[in-house]
Amino acid sequence: MIDWGAIFSNAAQELISPTTAAYALAALGLAIHFGYTGLLNFGQAGFMALGAYGYAISTLTFHFPVWAAVLVGVGASVVFALILGIPTLRLRADYLAIVTIAAAEILRLLFTTNTFDSVTGSATGLQGYKGGFAALNPFTFEGTVGFGPWQYNAYDWWIRLVGWIVVILAAVFTWLIMRAPWGRVIKGIREDEDAVRALGKNVYSYKMQSLILGGVFGTLAGMIFVLPRAVVPANYQTSLTFFIYAILLLGGAATILGPIVGSMVFWVLLSFFSGFIARAVAAGWLPFMSQVQAGQLRFILVGVAIMLIVIFRPQGILGNKKELAFVK
Amino acid sequence: MSSDVTPTATPVKTTGLHIGYAEPGCRKVDPILVADGVKRTFGGLTAVDVQHVEVPRGAITALIGPNGAGKTTFFNLLTGFDKPDEGSWEFDGRSLAHIPAYRVARMGLIRTFQLTKSLGLLSVLDNMKLGAKGQTGENLFRAILPFLWRSQDKEIEAKAEDILARFKLDTKKEDYAASLSGGQRKLLEMARALMSDPTLVMLDEPMAGVNPALTQSLLDHILDLKTQGMTVLFVEHDMHMVRHIADWVIVMAEGKVVAEGDPHTVMANPAVIDAYLGSHHDSDLGAEDPEHEHVLKELLDDQQ
Repeated sequence: MIDWGAIFSNAAQELISPTTAAYALAALGLAIHFGYTGLLNFGQAGFMALGAYGYAISTLTFHFPVWAAVLVGVGASVVFALILGIPTLRLRADYLAIVTIAAAEILRLLFTTNTFDSVTGSATGLQGYKGGFAALNPFTFEGTVGFGPWQYNAYDWWIRLVGWIVVILAAVFTWLIMRAPWGRVIKGIREDEDAVRALGKNVYSYKMQSLILGGVFGTLAGMIFVLPRAVVPANYQTSLTFFIYAILLLGGAATILGPIVGSMVFWVLLSFFSGFIARAVAAGWLPFMSQVQAGQLRFILVGVAIMLIVIFRPQGILGNKKELAFVK
Repeated sequence: MSSDVTPTATPVKTTGLHIGYAEPGCRKVDPILVADGVKRTFGGLTAVDVQHVEVPRGAITALIGPNGAGKTTFFNLLTGFDKPDEGSWEFDGRSLAHIPAYRVARMGLIRTFQLTKSLGLLSVLDNMKLGAKGQTGENLFRAILPFLWRSQDKEIEAKAEDILARFKLDTKKEDYAASLSGGQRKLLEMARALMSDPTLVMLDEPMAGVNPALTQSLLDHILDLKTQGMTVLFVEHDMHMVRHIADWVIVMAEGKVVAEGDPHTVMANPAVIDAYLGSHHDSDLGAEDPEHEHVLKELLDDQQ
């Protein structure tokens, strides 16, 4: 018999997991890039890697305190955004796409190579950088606390609390700037940058600001992402960027809450499918399939679910249907 | 500012704009825009090669010429959207060489585009508000503090509504610009240009694709710009319109200025007819551009 309780409980846990928060924040950064400014950034995984490695290396190699390690990560991503943006933002949108996808791969390979093994840990990655963050934990209770399926120990609650507070702050910040005249210029650039230039706005500077801001969100997401796990370079492949794009399109590209809702739906669905398939195979419901094959099937099912949403609700869960009606 | 534009049957023409004989590159009494030796080549093709041209202040100047004469390229060069190979040009006494397009716009030289660039997924009102200069809330850090820009935004909104009412777009202000008709988008683009209080408005084919019912209203708006003290430079193919509203006409052909003068004199100038004829002298008559044929007929009618 299938343990439906466990499947649903595991899926419900994904709703507030730090991974969901990290993906939501990275997708929010991408919403600023792609949804609002029209910048095709295909290197969000690179920004996340900079956050993860920036934090871990500062802590492990240089013994920086938490705040300094966060600043190093953010600083690295600002530099990364400038390097990407200075040559490409004057050109057509597709150049940024090509450069970002390549730059993110270069970063990942630099972190993987054995040459810098003493600092980056090469393919095995880094761990043991959580002490400083755990020391800041105000929760002191023993064992697990919580309600329903959400039973966690003190460290796990601390990660979730910090992760979601960062997501909420980022969402409020994005909401504030997008309703201000700054957001108006940014959306104007998405529609037609020459028209905005002809109205006396420094389009290049606005695109750069957008690239840096969304990149910093990606970097913070990278830090939240590694708090419950280790830093492993294989996590920062191009597919990470595409999962974040899937979340963004799922939630609604030019919305504030879309990336957050999209991330929750994505992870809950993924967890549900993986739990269901694994147990269905174990129960002998799918005799033609091995456990290993079942592990891959969940991505196929999530892909189908996302396709259905994009076909029948192309504006995303929270997007404005009217905006699509005019897209040429 | 007149809140309602009434059609004027015979617009008042500004005369006495030039000094000396009205020939290509002639001097103006009070030029607002002066171009000297501006040259732009695309590979082997010389798109623009203007020796000297001056645009008179406070008047409506038309830039005409057959397709491929370099009018739009010249527009792009003047507004910083393209860089010339050589040459200098100045606006209001300040050199515009190597100045990026957005800074040119901030100096008070606002342009529109041949293919209308309304920002489709912004509301009509947001399109207008985007046009205003020097907005505090357009700085990223000030944007997060609404009390810093709220009052300025209110003023801009009031001004935008005022201009929209003049252009009879006020009922559409909450709609997406993408839902407007082609003619309304032209109106919106012109209205948006006015938000920054420009001194020189450059219109690239304002009448292209506008239905005849809207043409008169657009013409009146262009004339209205002049009465408000702005200078207008526009590219146009419709000779009726040029004759109707232009105070001065500059004719370009194959990248050069071939004739200048008041509309009636210029249209009787053999060089102008040559320009339109000459551009097609070696092509098959059947492949003749119908637009040029139309213009030619008008020009020839004028001579009789």
